[in-house]
Amino acid sequence: MNNPLLEMKDIVIEGLTGDAWAPIINSLDLTLRKGEVLGLIGESGAGKSTLGLAAMGYARQGCRIASGAIVFDGQELLGAPASQLRLIRGARIAYVAQSAAASFNPAHRLIRQYAEGPVQHGLMSAAEAEENAVTTYRQLLLPDPENIGYRFPHQVSGGQLQRAMMAMAMSCRPDIIIFDEPTTALDVTTQIEVLAAIREITRRFDTAAIYITHDLAVVAQLADRIMVLRNGDLVEENDAGEILAHPREPYTRDLLAVRSFRKRESDAALKKEVILKVEGLTASYTGENNVLEDIDVSVHRGRTVALVGESGSGKSTLARVITGLLPAVNGRVVFNGDVLPAALKHRKREDLRRLQMIYQMPDTALNPRQKIRKIIGRPLKFYFNASRRQQEARILELLEQVELPADYIDRYPTELSGGEKQRICIARALVAKPDLIICDEVTSALDQLVAEGILKLLLNLQRQLQVSYLFITHDLATVKAIADEIVVMLAGRIVEKGPKKEILTPPHHAYTHRLLACVPEMDPNWLDRLLEKRPAA
Amino acid sequence: MTALLKLLRSAPFSARLGMGMVLITLLAAILAPAIAPYGETAVTGDVWLPASSSHWVGTDNLGRDLFSRLLFGARNTIAIAFLITALSFGVGTVWGFLAATVGGWIDQLLSRGVDILMAFPTLIFALMVLSVVGTSIPALVVVIALLDSTRVFRLSRAVAMDIAVMEYVEAARLRGEGLWWLMRHEILPNAMPPLVAEFGLRFCFVFLFIAALSFLGLGIQPPTADWGSMVRENAGAITFGIYTPLWPAGAIAFLTVGVNLIVDWFLHVASGLED
Repeated sequence: MNNPLLEMKDIVIEGLTGDAWAPIINSLDLTLRKGEVLGLIGESGAGKSTLGLAAMGYARQGCRIASGAIVFDGQELLGAPASQLRLIRGARIAYVAQSAAASFNPAHRLIRQYAEGPVQHGLMSAAEAEENAVTTYRQLLLPDPENIGYRFPHQVSGGQLQRAMMAMAMSCRPDIIIFDEPTTALDVTTQIEVLAAIREITRRFDTAAIYITHDLAVVAQLADRIMVLRNGDLVEENDAGEILAHPREPYTRDLLAVRSFRKRESDAALKKEVILKVEGLTASYTGENNVLEDIDVSVHRGRTVALVGESGSGKSTLARVITGLLPAVNGRVVFNGDVLPAALKHRKREDLRRLQMIYQMPDTALNPRQKIRKIIGRPLKFYFNASRRQQEARILELLEQVELPADYIDRYPTELSGGEKQRICIARALVAKPDLIICDEVTSALDQLVAEGILKLLLNLQRQLQVSYLFITHDLATVKAIADEIVVMLAGRIVEKGPKKEILTPPHHAYTHRLLACVPEMDPNWLDRLLEKRPAA
Repeated sequence: MTALLKLLRSAPFSARLGMGMVLITLLAAILAPAIAPYGETAVTGDVWLPASSSHWVGTDNLGRDLFSRLLFGARNTIAIAFLITALSFGVGTVWGFLAATVGGWIDQLLSRGVDILMAFPTLIFALMVLSVVGTSIPALVVVIALLDSTRVFRLSRAVAMDIAVMEYVEAARLRGEGLWWLMRHEILPNAMPPLVAEFGLRFCFVFLFIAALSFLGLGIQPPTADWGSMVRENAGAITFGIYTPLWPAGAIAFLTVGVNLIVDWFLHVASGLED
């Protein structure tokens, strides 16, 4: 059976910008055979989601499929009547979105939403569909498959919800499933479960899939063939193993090399003075349940301490306590040898200056109504009472340090890209001449190549300015790249801490081991090996 | 400034029409002494004369030239309404932002206080207070501004609540910025679009409210010309089939429609909708 299941030819998709249609996808071809998994990879704006949706003959609001042909199982989808498309969508081609939480109706139980599709398409009765759901839940290794369907979406975890959504996509036994970044919003440990579920589906039912992601290591585990997209153009297309082993294009090579850089190890810095020392810290939002329990962390000058843990482990809360936004219940924060008052309003301006913060989302961390001149200039005025001329000179100097052109000084944040905005956030922190910068997931909202640029910049600045970082992240690849010391947190407690080398070489603490094992590697057999080693659930 | 010009140039027909209408009213108000054929209070003819070459839209219930009084009335009505709206916005936004930024018991105190003020029907509350303190223009301004500021408080508090949790506000707090900076530089610029739109609407409500008070005899006192009281003074003419009171009523409608056309457009621009 060599006929392709889905054949898209010469697809041009245009988006409305202002009054004019601009191309998003420039004349791409895509073929998918039965049971084949195709990986679509690229940075944001590459057009991978747009192309994925077009496989269903669908274009988002403000987009249109301008020309081309989409043939699914012998039928032309482009220009087909809505009634014909309805028969195909959901039943024969299903779609799994990035955010499962946003895709479920919070007011209905999971199993009812599972049954909706097959009943609507007249494939089975509601009772049959529910029976079917239990089977599918079991196949996807969801806990308690008989009963989990009767829960509401908010009663299951993020990874379980993502798998419930896959079950829903499977409900009509489609020929093709389109996965649009299904694991991007998940922790590494949860990601494994979801990846294993996808593997299970595609193998067991011989379902074809289009897997859209920006993470080459993830797609390497699943895909038979990979298409690398950039700005709506095809960069490279080949078998998965071939692309990983012998990438032809420089851009693909860049994607492969991402995060392979490492900070130079140095232990000499250990003898340097302690900048921040957190002692016996306990914190709580409600006054009853402690979110943080007995935390001890110290950061030396010019060193990077990485705070690692899954979401909910309390790492961001620790940042809030150190900055004074959330006064601690117990314990103390010693900064530069002085005990800091627990509450922000009692702290001295000088201490505030020396402790700066960079946020995860540069979009919300910069006031959209202030120009860069004001964003960076205000701390200068506030902390150093700099004149306008001094401010301007220093801002230009900083823009150069964070590798941005000088004329950005009169731009608004909305006129910058995500990575550039994050550089502005770094400049705003640096302008205060801090001793310590708390970086809260500063690269998680960015594309990998952009994130790598940011990490390199942070390391360079550390070398020049001897600033210390407390680096909060859930991404172990980042940790490997930049940390000197690692603190592993779980449920508000520290489970392990020490120099990077020590933590990353066995023997590990059990939890650290699990975290480390879950980081995808650029090796197509990595997932198989990992799943083999795990006891059957 | 150039951005503003560009914005004005992109305005649709309805907005241009609105701007034209408001501009005509403003010009009439500013140039009243120069273009009015008679004085504001001068009795110049018989009562309720029909339109003629000497009285363009006739005379009122005391034989004063209606056209002259419309021009002078524009001055009083618009100036007082503008003053009241500005005052209510000044008070309302400051307290609203304060409640949203500080939160806690200050928010509770302010919000519950406003709830109590809003529990009274506005017109009855105004009538009550004005009959106690007397119907001077300063009293009128303060009372209406206070009543109106409760609505502005509600809006600005709600808008500021959303902004105050943004990370750029948190960043400013961590920097050690004071309350005034947070409110003036971090929150206000981001709250401007809904506030400006609301300003236009409230402005209309205010001068309709003054008109209503004047109509009831507690607003601007005779012989000062103002559109609301002009409707009241001449209302009796309608029974005789004389359309004199329709002129000031029409003027009120004219300005209201004009302002609303501009506000509609502004809301549209601020919401970022393309079509």
